[in-house]
Amino acid sequence: MSPALRHMRYVLAENPVTAGAFVGFALLIALALFGPMIAPFDPLASDTDIALQPPSLAHWFGTDHLGRDILSRVIVAARLDMQIALAAVALSFVFGSLLGVLAGWYGGGIDRAIGRVVDTIMAFPLFVLAMGIVAALGNTVGNIIYATAIINLPFYARMARAETNARRDAGFVEAARLSGNSDARILAAQVFPNILPPMMVQVSLNLGYAILNAAGLSFIGLGVRPPTPEWGIMVAEGATYIVSGEWWIALFPGLVLMAAVFCFNLLGDGLRDIIDPRRRT
Amino acid sequence: MPVLVSLVLRRLLGALPSIAAVVVVTFVLTRALPGDPAAYFAGPAADAQSVEEIRRKLGLDKPLPVQFLAYLGDLAQGEMGTSLITGQPVSADILARLPASVELTLCGLALALAVSLPLGVAAATRPGSWVDHMARVISTAGVSLPVFFTGLLLVYIFYYLLGWAPAPMGRLDLFASAPTTITGFYLVDSLITGQFATFRAAAAQLVLPALTLGLFALAPLTRMTRASMLGVLGSDFIRTARAGGLSRGTVLVTYALRNALLPVVTTLGMVFSFLLGANVLVEKVFAWPGIGSYAIEALVASDYAPVQGFILTMAIMYVGLNLMIDILYGLIDPRVRIEA
Repeated sequence: MSPALRHMRYVLAENPVTAGAFVGFALLIALALFGPMIAPFDPLASDTDIALQPPSLAHWFGTDHLGRDILSRVIVAARLDMQIALAAVALSFVFGSLLGVLAGWYGGGIDRAIGRVVDTIMAFPLFVLAMGIVAALGNTVGNIIYATAIINLPFYARMARAETNARRDAGFVEAARLSGNSDARILAAQVFPNILPPMMVQVSLNLGYAILNAAGLSFIGLGVRPPTPEWGIMVAEGATYIVSGEWWIALFPGLVLMAAVFCFNLLGDGLRDIIDPRRRT
Repeated sequence: MPVLVSLVLRRLLGALPSIAAVVVVTFVLTRALPGDPAAYFAGPAADAQSVEEIRRKLGLDKPLPVQFLAYLGDLAQGEMGTSLITGQPVSADILARLPASVELTLCGLALALAVSLPLGVAAATRPGSWVDHMARVISTAGVSLPVFFTGLLLVYIFYYLLGWAPAPMGRLDLFASAPTTITGFYLVDSLITGQFATFRAAAAQLVLPALTLGLFALAPLTRMTRASMLGVLGSDFIRTARAGGLSRGTVLVTYALRNALLPVVTTLGMVFSFLLGANVLVEKVFAWPGIGSYAIEALVASDYAPVQGFILTMAIMYVGLNLMIDILYGLIDPRVRIEA
């Protein structure tokens, strides 16, 4: 076994919660990849004869107002939700860290200009800004991703800027510069790999927020359209039935959504512990 | 105090760029909106010429900078267009609905503060105890809760199962009439006019949505209070105060908490950002007639003027809140005043 793997195993054995979060993450990825194959029923097939049935052996999570199997819909929805969250976080990670690294490295006018952009985004309540962006660009899943990416951008940009700034005059950077490397090369090969660990913690914590944000947007009717299975919209569909006691329609997608976010947050905390023992909570 | 006045003035000046940025972004979002407003106002039967005429009348044929100036002029007069659903000016609609949202947000925040501060302090004074563990669970679980889902769960438990709460249908049930409008806050208005039955009814409707928002804000506040209290309690001046024989209460509240509150106040800005967003979702769950549900209704009907008005109002409110937090920070931290 390689030393890296052995270290990882040691860390996971040391902290069972983080290990659990890793397992949960793997499960979510598996659901996203193989969801349509393991779903027991067609998530879109409605059958009004069995509408609004509580959980039973045939339908573990019950059926909704159109008689669709909720378990199947929850499973199939994992792919869309994970796609939105991963795509949004990837976009904000790439562009946010690019902007942040440039700002932290060059300082001066570039720093001020990028700082102004970031401040402008942060001047809005973030969810409200996301609503506005989706309303302006059009009501599609793609725009949900862009909106989520934009509101998360400041976190990456600020972090990358601070971490880069702290390393700008570090010894290893000086050494790379003295041996004749270009700025771009130093940034890509020396600075970026060094700021990557704290950024990965941010990515993991952000995934949870991105899923919540996307589900919130589709809960108010933006982005994902029915009958597409998606956790937020499923909770919205179940909301009308809560007051008449049909709890299972909203409960199960809500619980899975919660579990996914919880898993990402634990993962983020765990990663932070692995990377920086001083910041342990 | 002239020092304080100059501090407030400097903060006000510092907020100007944010307000400018907010206005520019809202304008850009308006122009990017789908659909041609001129064609919309002209109606489906209009020919190209009358659409062109309306476009000229609305000023949409002018270059963007000129349109931006016109937009600024409208905003300065409180003019934000007309809602197609209600037929009312957006500014009037928003003003009428704003108190409902503000009342809800403030009650939620007050609940969260009332629980998170004592909890955070108790957790920090007894690290490793059950209080500490509870605080940790709350602050990890709390950030994972989708706020619309917590709201629905509370409705199911307290309305459907236990029957303690009234139906989640707005600010008052069908049988109560709204109090005379003075401030727009039902709780305050009903107390001023002495309508105690209305106060009870309004409070009963408010409990669940405020609790939902409060649960949401609880996590970051508890986490921050605990962390900053822990930091402060380990510092030298606390050891000195203890060694000097000051009572436990004096050390905890006057010495520790007052210093620990500084980072908590700073987090309030971020908490407000999330709270104003969560407010929209909570309003939808509880059919709360605030500006959030106004914006959602407008979004669903593709009525964009109210959405723009809503975003601008929220953003200006958020800038204002951050300004207040900055000033508050100056009030509780004398060092900031000296720098100013």
